[in-house]
Amino acid sequence: MTSVVRTRGLVKRYGRLRAVDGIDLDVRAGDVYGFLGANGSGKTTTVRMLLGLVLPTSGEVELLGERMPRAARRVLPRVGALVEGPAAYGHLSGRANLALFDAAGPGGPRRTRRRRVEEVLEQVGLGGIDRRPVRAYSLGMRQRLGLAAALLRRPELLVLDEPTNGLDPQGITEIRELLLDLHRGGTTVFLSSHLLAEVEQLCTRVGVLDRGRLVLQDELATLTAPTGATVVHTPAADRVPAVLDGRVVAVDGSRVVVRGADPAEVNALLVGAGVPVTGLALQRPSLEEVVLAAAGSSLDRVEVHR
Amino acid sequence: MIAVELRKLFRRPRTWATIAVLNALPVLVAVLVRLTDLVPRPGEGPPFLSAVLTNGSLFPLAALAIVLPLFLPIAVAVVAGDSVAGEAQAGTLRYLLVRPAGRTLLLVAKLVAVVAFVLVTVLVVAAVGYVVGTTLFDAQPLTAATGGTSVSGTGLTQQELVGRTLTAIGYVVVSMLGVAAFGLFFSTLTDSPLAAALGALAVLVASSLLFTLDAASPIAPYLPTRYWLAFVDLFRDPILWRDVVRGLALQGVYVGVLLAAAWANFTTKDVTS
Ligand SMILES: Nc1ncnc2c1ncn2[C@@H]1O[C@H](COP(=O)(O)OP(=O)(O)OP(=O)(O)O)[C@@H](O)[C@H]1O
Ligand SMILES: [Mg+2]
Repeated sequence: MTSVVRTRGLVKRYGRLRAVDGIDLDVRAGDVYGFLGANGSGKTTTVRMLLGLVLPTSGEVELLGERMPRAARRVLPRVGALVEGPAAYGHLSGRANLALFDAAGPGGPRRTRRRRVEEVLEQVGLGGIDRRPVRAYSLGMRQRLGLAAALLRRPELLVLDEPTNGLDPQGITEIRELLLDLHRGGTTVFLSSHLLAEVEQLCTRVGVLDRGRLVLQDELATLTAPTGATVVHTPAADRVPAVLDGRVVAVDGSRVVVRGADPAEVNALLVGAGVPVTGLALQRPSLEEVVLAAAGSSLDRVEVHR
Repeated sequence: MIAVELRKLFRRPRTWATIAVLNALPVLVAVLVRLTDLVPRPGEGPPFLSAVLTNGSLFPLAALAIVLPLFLPIAVAVVAGDSVAGEAQAGTLRYLLVRPAGRTLLLVAKLVAVVAFVLVTVLVVAAVGYVVGTTLFDAQPLTAATGGTSVSGTGLTQQELVGRTLTAIGYVVVSMLGVAAFGLFFSTLTDSPLAAALGALAVLVASSLLFTLDAASPIAPYLPTRYWLAFVDLFRDPILWRDVVRGLALQGVYVGVLLAAAWANFTTKDVTS
């Protein structure tokens, strides 16, 4: 599979702080890549380096197969980006803003500009927007406008830094649907977030950043693959160890974890011994458990001593 | 890109408000002079003002001389200081750069926009000055015979007067380019448009102050504001080219060095705004 985003030994130092500390990202064509990390772990700094806004202290960045920032002029027209919140000219309307941004770079034919602007506004749910200046937009509307700007060039790669910031639950669902839709259309999505649930629902691959280091990078399906144990729910948990001698891993109230990757077999044994079974499932680690195990500290928090 | 920057600048209400304010002062002066008939004696006060009572068509020059020491540089410093830092503060800089608008091209476009602002502002001041001057004061029908009067007291033909006025406008524009270069340079250093504008103004205030100080005379010839008023020399007979030429050369050096520094800084800088 071809790599869409590749970094090798990427480092960014701010004085003594290593904001990004030697990471090797590998995002492949067709991925929805979830880039997870606590506040201050270096997500935004990495995204800025991918886009050539911040120059790496050392290491390499390849975007769509070409070296950044050298090939920025060829590569960036094929990339849509949202970096740390949207931004627009407050005294102009949303449409005027999109038209200006489109005209500011190469590869946005003027002929199709109007149509493309209408299309992306429609896509992000701002189709009916009037001539109000952006100054008068709500936070969620600005976020949508930022997404619209990222989509304006029909990019092959979307780089989104916390795209659902400031959106209401319904808005978050809408954006998720939109991203999945684009993904089905062949767009690769690189999504940085500190929201585990968002990543779990959306992504096919996950990278976890902890204080500037990439501590985990794998397919979501592999990370949350069955552990080879079965979870049984029963009101008679105390009788399970006697039936399944030596196979019980843990008992927690009515929840019993049993070694064995065949729930049907476990069920048959228990029911045969007269133990009532109210629930039965293969055990899978949640993304949260995987991330906590890898990152070793709680997400969404900055350590006091660093 | 250049067209985009020009559109952004001139579609902004603030740009036109600045130009309007800039014109208010000369108009006010004209009205006061008209009402009181009091003008500074020749050699005092703003140049050319003493002459407008007899010839209103000299008022564009008086208007330029009135705004040149303070108003015009402030306006130019604000616009130039805002050029990059304003985008950084609004967060739009990063979106322009990932579009991608190349950093060098963006800087050039900003420079062109600032130069256009200087040109438009100076021309509007001159044009408004001409309209005000010819309506409020006796505009001598400028025939080839009458012409105007040079600062030295000899007569100028209308052709000469027009030519010299245009040259003077050009000279003022070049003087303001120095201010613009300071503003643009500071604008690439900081993410605060206010800091950039104040930085440029601080340089000009320091320069004007040092100019009046005898102790600073060794560096006086190199102060950016040193030759600003040299455009008056264009109206002497014969024209006193020495200071004008030096002024142009000095501004050229400042503009060249500052733009090179702005470019070197901007193209290698981390955009973290
Ligand atoms: N311009 C800068 N100068 C100095 N330090 C910086 C700069 N930008 C970021 N940092 C530091 O680098 C580290 C990583 O910051 P970054 O913004 O990349 O984190 P993040 O993962 O995006 O966090 P969040 O989830 O809060 O957005 C932080 O410790 C931050 O303080
Ligand atoms: Mg961030």
